[in-house]
Amino acid sequence: MNLRRDVFQAIADPTRRAILVLVATQSMTAGAIAANFDTARPTVSKHLQILTECELLEQKQNGREVHYHTNAKKMKEIADFIEPFRQMWDDRFNKLEDIMKNYKPSK
Amino acid sequence: MEQKTKIDAENGKQEIVITREFDLPVELLFKAYVEPEIVAQWMGTKVLKLENKKHGSYAFETSDNKGNVAFVASGVIHEFVPEEKITRTFEMENTPFAAQLEFLTFEKLSNDRSKLTMHVIYKSVGLRDQILSLPFAQGINMAHNRLQNIVTQLK
Repeated sequence: MNLRRDVFQAIADPTRRAILVLVATQSMTAGAIAANFDTARPTVSKHLQILTECELLEQKQNGREVHYHTNAKKMKEIADFIEPFRQMWDDRFNKLEDIMKNYKPSK
Repeated sequence: MEQKTKIDAENGKQEIVITREFDLPVELLFKAYVEPEIVAQWMGTKVLKLENKKHGSYAFETSDNKGNVAFVASGVIHEFVPEEKITRTFEMENTPFAAQLEFLTFEKLSNDRSKLTMHVIYKSVGLRDQILSLPFAQGINMAHNRLQNIVTQLK
């Protein structure tokens, strides 16, 4: 892979964002992460490689197992940058959904 | 857990794609974009004008939490196909930000589920990144920020 890796490229993919949210709560092995997705295992491995290359994830040897955990400092970079914008739309769309679920045609 | 609203903002590009699936029939999702009273409620804005037709125009007035007018957003509608798509420009008046082009696509997933895709194109990469960082810079976002909370707990 000769592509330049950085955090914004990493989070452009929904699966990778989902992996970050998952691993943020506890360190996990590649197998345990892959078990949460319908995606093929090699695809998940590829995502883990990209997330590790851009330092959002870090690997730690734990006996015979390798655990992935998030790098808080790098995570903060993306959280600071785009998350409030996403959250703003998420709040609006949640409101839209609530309003329309209770919507009754006026006639 | 997957987040409901997703944003694809590839680095170095002057566009973003916002996607969201709703537990709503596509008719109701679309209605939320065309009925002025409903738009006002979920966008948290005053709808000054909303002409739902090709070559129509719209204007929204947003106030800060003290009731002062923060900005007027307006644009023209280029395409309007009920329950399918809206193509429009969006501009925050009296700001240094150039107009953006928005392609809104409404999709039926099932009888009671639908998907919205909002493809937004900005004048430049720099402008895109500036607008994406606005809610953070202005502290508009008062809501719970899950990712940031997790990060804080890790420290």
